[in-house]
Amino acid sequence: MTAYGRRAWIVLWKDLLTERRSKESLNALFFFSLLLLFLFQFALGPDRERLQAALPGLLWLGFVLAGLLGLGRVFIAERDNDCWEGLLLTPGDKSAIYLGKLLANFVLMTVVEVVLVGLFGVFYNVDLWGVLGPLAVVLFLGTVGLSAVGTLFAAMTAQVRARELLFPVLLLPVQVPVLLATVSATQIVLGGQPLAEAASWLKLLAGADVVYLVIGLLTFEFILDA
Amino acid sequence: MRTRALGWLAGLALLAGLAVAFGYAPREAAQGNVQRIMYLHVPSILTAYLAFGLVLLGSIGYLATRGKAWDRLAASAAELGVLFTGVTIVTGSIWGKPTWGTWWTWDARLTSTAVLFLVYTGYLLLRGMVDEPERRGRYAAVVGIVGAANIPIVHFSVKWWRALHQPSTILGPEPSPIAAPIATALLVNWVAFTLLFVYFLARRIEIARLDDGAVDA
Repeated sequence: MTAYGRRAWIVLWKDLLTERRSKESLNALFFFSLLLLFLFQFALGPDRERLQAALPGLLWLGFVLAGLLGLGRVFIAERDNDCWEGLLLTPGDKSAIYLGKLLANFVLMTVVEVVLVGLFGVFYNVDLWGVLGPLAVVLFLGTVGLSAVGTLFAAMTAQVRARELLFPVLLLPVQVPVLLATVSATQIVLGGQPLAEAASWLKLLAGADVVYLVIGLLTFEFILDA
Repeated sequence: MRTRALGWLAGLALLAGLAVAFGYAPREAAQGNVQRIMYLHVPSILTAYLAFGLVLLGSIGYLATRGKAWDRLAASAAELGVLFTGVTIVTGSIWGKPTWGTWWTWDARLTSTAVLFLVYTGYLLLRGMVDEPERRGRYAAVVGIVGAANIPIVHFSVKWWRALHQPSTILGPEPSPIAAPIATALLVNWVAFTLLFVYFLARRIEIARLDDGAVDA
């Protein structure tokens, strides 16, 4: 493994280990997701058809809201424990830290999403088994986009007052295309159509992911800079 | 002094623009006089795009050189960009009410303009919340770059999003090529708006420079 990959791996491993031992984010996020399901239900009423029609949007709204809470926290441990200097002192290319944090974020988000999808299936009575494969593709592409920008902005807002406010205000407008594309693609997938029907959306998502990743890797060092 | 002259020039150009928009350009056959709002609407969005381009330029310049002038350029252009995007949305609404019968519709171009407005409003909010000038410059530059790179992505996503829902556009059949007098009026107003923008930008950068000086002292 190259030094670069190793540094990214260390950051990822550290974050996952901390999360596994403290379960600080995940426990709260599971509970939050469950709450969201209830809130959506209350907002739309008991009509099953209406809920199912709104399902792709609700699903991604759930991911995004959970993401806002989860993603915004990734650099809080470093900030609160005065480990920011530790990150700064890491030798070599700082984008390795971004990559590690991004992967940690991605894993965290994926776990939450899997649980949320399961809960949606149970509570809203949708059969998701048949579309699990195509849905996973959409989830993967959308989560990469969300985490790529989320990690970048989280590093930025960790050092800013009113972080809780600023993070969503910065992230949400930028994520509009990701949200549009994932919701549309999810709609196609849940409708039982083949994944090829959503090809243009998936291409857009993949393109957006690449753009966000490249910008993240290139600009992260400017954010980390003391 | 040169800035002041530019201001007068911009003012005169705006007057000329008004005169051309009301005096020279013909009354549009289908929409009537309300179509004349186009002479504000289209130049504003073109100016806003120019402004966001300058935000990108200033952002890259700042990250590359850490020269404060770049940061002042980006910050000033962002404020004006938001202003002109706001003017575009408001004039568009006023235009839309009599012609489409609604203040707002989730049409592709409306939506992407609104998203643009939100992205750069976020940029301005960020600037307001970071006190150290050096850090503010860096953070804002990153958001400026992400925002600019996002513009084409937003454009396509919103376009397809609407295309999937309603194949035929609400604007009806393809607009016929613009008549020459209308194009001329548009051009005059566009030049006027660009002059106004450059004047505002020069003033805003000057204020930012004085601001930086006051902080340093």
